[in-house]
Amino acid sequence: MYRLDNAQQGEKYNTIFSRTTPAQRRKRNARSRFRARFLLGLYLFLMILPIYWLINMSLQTNSEILGSMTLWPKNLTFDNYIGIFTNSSWYMGYVNSMLYVALNMLITICVALPAAYAFSRYRFIGDKHLFFWLLTNLMAPPAVFLLPYFQLYYSVGLFDTHIAVALAHCLFNIPLAIWILEGFMSSVPKEIDETAYIDGYSFPRFFIKIFIPMIRSGIGVTLFFLFMFSWVELLLARTLTATDAQPIGMIMTRTSTASGIDWGTLAAAGVLTIVPGILVVYFVRNHIAKGFALGRT
Amino acid sequence: MNNKVLNNRAWLLVLPMLVLVAFSAIIPLMTVVNYSVQDVLGPNARFFTGTEWFHSILNDSALRDAFVRQILFSLTILAIQVPLGIGIALIMPKRGWQASAVLILITLPLLIPWNVVGSIWQIFTRGDIGLMGWGLRELGINYNITRNAGDAWATIILMDVWHWTPLVAMLCYSGLRSIPEAYYQAARIDRASKWAIFRYIQLPKLTNVLVIAVLLRFMHSFMIYAEPFVLTGGGPGSSTTFLSQSLATMAIGQQDLGPSAAFSIIYFLVILLVSWVFYTTIMHMQKDKNPHGGA
Repeated sequence: MYRLDNAQQGEKYNTIFSRTTPAQRRKRNARSRFRARFLLGLYLFLMILPIYWLINMSLQTNSEILGSMTLWPKNLTFDNYIGIFTNSSWYMGYVNSMLYVALNMLITICVALPAAYAFSRYRFIGDKHLFFWLLTNLMAPPAVFLLPYFQLYYSVGLFDTHIAVALAHCLFNIPLAIWILEGFMSSVPKEIDETAYIDGYSFPRFFIKIFIPMIRSGIGVTLFFLFMFSWVELLLARTLTATDAQPIGMIMTRTSTASGIDWGTLAAAGVLTIVPGILVVYFVRNHIAKGFALGRT
Repeated sequence: MNNKVLNNRAWLLVLPMLVLVAFSAIIPLMTVVNYSVQDVLGPNARFFTGTEWFHSILNDSALRDAFVRQILFSLTILAIQVPLGIGIALIMPKRGWQASAVLILITLPLLIPWNVVGSIWQIFTRGDIGLMGWGLRELGINYNITRNAGDAWATIILMDVWHWTPLVAMLCYSGLRSIPEAYYQAARIDRASKWAIFRYIQLPKLTNVLVIAVLLRFMHSFMIYAEPFVLTGGGPGSSTTFLSQSLATMAIGQQDLGPSAAFSIIYFLVILLVSWVFYTTIMHMQKDKNPHGGA
């Protein structure tokens, strides 16, 4: 005899018709679960390997990197990191990147929230065309916009400022934000809006007091995606800046000089660009799966 | 979807967004259109050239090669990433701390700046200091991405799979999570095989997210720039030069405003066309789904 638990309810029927005994079946299940874990572990291991190698190199001196093949740092050194944190031309790259990413997130979420609400609740003339036009901006190759952006921002005097990069990244971030937010908003029942209006709420008060708190996980996920796409983009950020607002990705190219490449510093700078991403993803880990499906599952 | 109210005042809510996106999309796009039909020789010397630039771009054999390479690249990574992503999503743990840990680990490559991804793989595949390059060489394989076009191709594909499979996996994972437990219980009562469960329960639920995944992956792979630029610089020769890089070289490097503008427009139109097909597919799927109430 065996105990039935919730997950194995099906087995009650299986034992009547099936030739395999529950014990065999459980064993088979255990084996397939082990195989799944093993494959997942293997994938994660291979995935981490290049990142591990970067971290490994960032903790070595250049002579150790070039001297011999070491699978882990023999003489652990933090000099590469110290070098970055004590040199303002290095760490200002991170500050610049953070600044334009934050500015972009702020601008985008402020204009995307009402727009997404309009798309999820109302029909209006040209709404479908407008939505598709927005998505086309998501599809526009940044390389297409290189030259016109350079000229546009130069002519309005915004070249080499953080706001220029933040505005440029709005090109793909606003459509993305509207797409995700619209999905989350559409899953909130319309009756809530109607009840609030009957209770005498004005639109702005309802929107800020009731609606935004209801979709806060959606907003969190949206902010995560905005961060992600603004943080990883470099082509536009590089084109629109020269010295004052230069992103870290551009400063990293400085490691290759006439005397060769400063591998240790390059690796350390690379590791430091990964850290903000890990911090951000940690905060939204519980909602991120839904966010990837644009709030539509 | 159908119970939306007709209200044209909704335009007021859309307006701020519209102004902003128009500033960063329409003005630059008009500049491109402007350049594509003119020959700019100086600040005050410009001539209308009509479709001349378009003709020269469409007849440029180097660009045509880049285009073929681009298509090949996009199809290859889609063929690898979609099945792999589904597979990973199927074996990811569903609850507990392991689920969170795996989620965070898997999204990691997506959060690395694209040029750093290039740098990581450049280091990783170098014969002298990189684990993979060194390892392959120790195994006696003549692996050199700066000299062998095949190696460069394989490495770029591998890098893209490493970089973007997580996106497909995450999308599928979220699709799988939305399947009610009752479906699985019913399948167990029917003694459905693993394959039958996948084919008749999981895959139909996944189609929606898969279309989004293919759309996003196609778009991004078609605009790939920073990663191959850092990793191989388009070489050896021009064996890994994709469209974005050809365009950037033409526009920034050679300052050929007219041809590069014409090139931009053709490039954009191709992406637009393919994406439009995907978009209408998504919209139709959602329309078909609603009357039946899910599934």
